[in-house]
Amino acid sequence: MYRYDQYDQAMVDARVEEFRDQTRRRIAGDINDDQFKPLRLKNGLYLQLHAYMLRVAIPYGTLNSVQMRKLAHIARTYDRGYGHFTTRQNLQYHWIKLEQAPDILAELATVEMHAIQTSGESIRNISADQYAGAAADEICDPRPWAELLRQATTFHPEFSYLPRKFKIAVISSKEDRAALRWHDCALRIVRNEAGEEGFEVYAGGGMGRTPFIAFPIRDFCPANQIFSYLQAILRVWNLHARRDNIHKQRMKILVHELGEEEFRRQVEEEFQTFLALGTDFPQAEYDRIAAYFTPPPFETGLSEEIDRSDPEFALWVDRQTVRHKAPGYAIANISLKPVGGIGGDVTAEQMEVVADLAERYSFDDVRVTHAQNLVLPHVRKQDLYAVWGALAAAGLADANLDLVTDVIACPGLDYCTLANARSIPVAQKIQQRFADMDRQLDIGELKVKISGCINACGHHHAGQIGILGVDRKGTENYQLLLGGSGAEDTSQAKITGPGFDEDGVVDAVERTVERYRELREPGERFLDTYRRVGLDPFKEAIYG
Amino acid sequence: MGNFRYRDDQPHEEPAVTLDAFLEQPDATAVRLEAGEDARQLIPHLDRLQLIEVSFPRFRDGRGFSSARILREAGYKGELRAEGDVLIDLLFFMRRCGFDSFASQHSLNPVDVEAALNRYSNVYQDATDEAVPIWKLRHG
Repeated sequence: MYRYDQYDQAMVDARVEEFRDQTRRRIAGDINDDQFKPLRLKNGLYLQLHAYMLRVAIPYGTLNSVQMRKLAHIARTYDRGYGHFTTRQNLQYHWIKLEQAPDILAELATVEMHAIQTSGESIRNISADQYAGAAADEICDPRPWAELLRQATTFHPEFSYLPRKFKIAVISSKEDRAALRWHDCALRIVRNEAGEEGFEVYAGGGMGRTPFIAFPIRDFCPANQIFSYLQAILRVWNLHARRDNIHKQRMKILVHELGEEEFRRQVEEEFQTFLALGTDFPQAEYDRIAAYFTPPPFETGLSEEIDRSDPEFALWVDRQTVRHKAPGYAIANISLKPVGGIGGDVTAEQMEVVADLAERYSFDDVRVTHAQNLVLPHVRKQDLYAVWGALAAAGLADANLDLVTDVIACPGLDYCTLANARSIPVAQKIQQRFADMDRQLDIGELKVKISGCINACGHHHAGQIGILGVDRKGTENYQLLLGGSGAEDTSQAKITGPGFDEDGVVDAVERTVERYRELREPGERFLDTYRRVGLDPFKEAIYG
Repeated sequence: MGNFRYRDDQPHEEPAVTLDAFLEQPDATAVRLEAGEDARQLIPHLDRLQLIEVSFPRFRDGRGFSSARILREAGYKGELRAEGDVLIDLLFFMRRCGFDSFASQHSLNPVDVEAALNRYSNVYQDATDEAVPIWKLRHG
């Protein structure tokens, strides 16, 4: 993975001192709370219901064991002994004291980590395919480009006071594991007919209260011009977005108002401006970064055999492991969705177990997924049993990847000031309702995503089954949505009809699932059946 | 005090007029650009301009950063002043985008201003200042 040189290190160290100074000026009264807010947000600090929340950047979702142990140490020392992995592949601490935040940032800087631009109206941490460097279907590892763009967009002087947040994702395979087109700017590495690497670019996606799927703005941008193209997009948006209504300032709204053609035309014009300025990073810098991502020394001649005599282990292998590009290796997913737990939450002890396993069995490499799970990307098949055993002892061996209990949920009203309703208890009730493993397996792939308000942090628009918590005359009410996807077949979920109370929405999910089981044809996932038959048969099952 | 100037020449005396007025006055040499006004309208007139004042009505409104870069990239050499809700933590970015004077509505502590402008010894990317991006330092 990427390692800081003296320049990168000096940058995060200076950032810590800057934030210390900003905190001092706030406490001295030199700046007011309104002026301090964007400064703390750009360092990942939110004020939530009970305490400050700190969001730590995990660039493109990649961690090593030293970093994971530091996250555990921070959880234990400054929080309540756990952290929460998010849908942006980041980690959040929910019980932080403001006066300790500079010290936490200083701790992070010692392991080449930071919280820079993890919130606020800035270019956010860049997300990527969690299987990068391991996936059998990728053109190349997308992370060198993600790292190059991380540097290029860090403290960008023109784009540090944007109209709203700006999210970028990078992948390099046809299969989309990163919810690509739900981003403001989505980049997929492709090769053109001449065999040259470049980017397929999508713009104007986003969830929130007005969801849009990003539109294809450019079929092919030469790889060495992508920073120019990105800056062109940002400049058009920065100059022309509304500034009078925070709910209408995301780029998707501008794209919608100008129209795709006009937006593309303006971006192309600015693209020429930036190309002429020559701000793109040279090949030598890409090569320097890419050298950190050369594949680990995979052994050859390894056995493909897995001893499946332990049925629980065999179930875990079938559900949690994915084909690796190197023979004899597997990608192992670690579920953070135990039935009745809080999705994405990990204790300091569990983080240390994962760090040990990564170091011993996965070339010191851990990934975070946008579905709030973890990945050991490079495990020898012959080591899977030992890995599974250690995970099971730590309560991390659930075998529910992409099943109905692998629920994405935002923190909701249990933590968040924006929320209208709780998300976590609904996720737990759905998990309990479908806890039976045979039943889960029979249902098959079913992605349930729950948000506690219209800001959609729980990705309900992309849920095959989505749930949106709203406030109806002072009581929590849940709307049910069907048919969304955050994969390569991106689609936006549709509302079924009137909402439900907490138990009612769980019943409605069950009626939806049962109707699917009646209607499905062999081999059909829930989403396939839904797309074939439409919403009506499900509405009939739900509302009678 | 909220005025800081990073130029060697004498401050320009003529008051800045609105963009509309400027475009109608062939001898005007100073203009004030409101947030949302198109900086590119000034490009044909850069030769006669000695002061462009870019308004920051609210510090969160970052349109002026793009306006400044557009003017500098078009070759403007005169004074480029950020005016309004200009806060200490914006100054570093403003300097990088080509502003060389500040007229803040707030009183800014000169020690804090200096610290903010010199906090980062290097930068990751090119802008319209003289700073050499880190990638260039890495590759000599």
